[in-house]
Amino acid sequence: MYQFTIKPMFGSENWELAGFNIAFTNSALWMAIAAVALWVFVAGGMKQQLVPGRWQMAVESFTGFIDDLLRVNVGAAGRKYVPYVFSLFMFVLFANMLGLLPLGVVGVHPFTFTSHFTVTGVLAFISFGIVLVVGFAKHGLKFFKLFLPEGTPIFMMPIIFPIEVISFLIRPFSLALRLFVAMMAGHVLLEILSSFVIDGSNAGLGWGLLVGVPSFLLMIGIAALEILISGIQAYVFALLSVVYINDAENLH
Amino acid sequence: MPQIAQLADTYASQIFWLLIIFGLVFLVVGRGMVPKVMDTVALRDRHIADDLAAAQAARDAADAQEAAWRQQENANRAEAQAVLSAAKAAASAEGGSKLAAVQQQIDAQLAAAETRIEAARKAAATEIESVAVQAARAIVERLAGAQVAEPAAAAAVRKALARG
Repeated sequence: MYQFTIKPMFGSENWELAGFNIAFTNSALWMAIAAVALWVFVAGGMKQQLVPGRWQMAVESFTGFIDDLLRVNVGAAGRKYVPYVFSLFMFVLFANMLGLLPLGVVGVHPFTFTSHFTVTGVLAFISFGIVLVVGFAKHGLKFFKLFLPEGTPIFMMPIIFPIEVISFLIRPFSLALRLFVAMMAGHVLLEILSSFVIDGSNAGLGWGLLVGVPSFLLMIGIAALEILISGIQAYVFALLSVVYINDAENLH
Repeated sequence: MPQIAQLADTYASQIFWLLIIFGLVFLVVGRGMVPKVMDTVALRDRHIADDLAAAQAARDAADAQEAAWRQQENANRAEAQAVLSAAKAAASAEGGSKLAAVQQQIDAQLAAAETRIEAARKAAATEIESVAVQAARAIVERLAGAQVAEPAAAAAVRKALARG
């Protein structure tokens, strides 16, 4: 669990703003690293050549991917959300990927800030806030019709309405917890397996061969799976945000 | 679990730095760079579409030109055919009229020759009669010693000639 510990860095533990502590922590450092990495990645694809190179092609395939995601789920009106959804998806993706880097080998500990629900919660509430703002700005009080699916019988309305309201209000929490849990579970699993490898090997050759080697082989597979999950969870986060935005944009 | 154990101490800094850094990502990368990348893609797509349309237009133009050329060619061929057949007809008509004129001339010459022959034969016949009359008178005078009057001799000769 040590890998999830937040530590202030550069002697900033007493920084305060309006009475709140705003220490620059290892979490904030890895946010900054993810942001810079993302900036470098996109800046590398900004050559705007007519015939793209490999890097530009990679960046364009990501923007095209988000553009398609929004066009399929929201339609033509979804285009204006591309900057937000792209930022969200790529930021989460880079955070997840950077957290998996085997930097422990050189003595640096990567920190996966998406394994903290304060972080995923803020991102989820930003998406939720966009849904609320767009929904009420665009449809006014008609936005409440979202909670009454098309063709609900009148006698069912008193039951359906609260259920729909609750499921709507739960969205940001499920969105935040899904990413947080997936990231944390993966890292804990890798940590447990690596402790098997280390402790088993320390217990002697027999235990090392019996427990350490299979655990190590399993770790290789799990690490590959974690890379896959990094992508999938970033995609799920972006996709669900898009689906919720679609509710606000195109009220059924 | 540090996420919960440290929550009270760290939530403010987590939220603060996330908002600042994600805000920067959104403004710089999302708003600043992504639209340019997408513009490049859109520009390229439009370029490709334009090129395809230009190629299609050029192809249509080439097809139209070929069709026009074909039409022109057919018209030229038909014209040439018409000129050829007119020339053939004119040539054959001219040949016919020349032939007819020559034929006429030959006919006229033939007719003239025939009349001439007829006249010559008549003249020869009268000559023969008078020669025969004189010969008959001379023969009678030699043989019989009698003088035959010329009209009688002529009648006798005519009778003999008509019978002969």
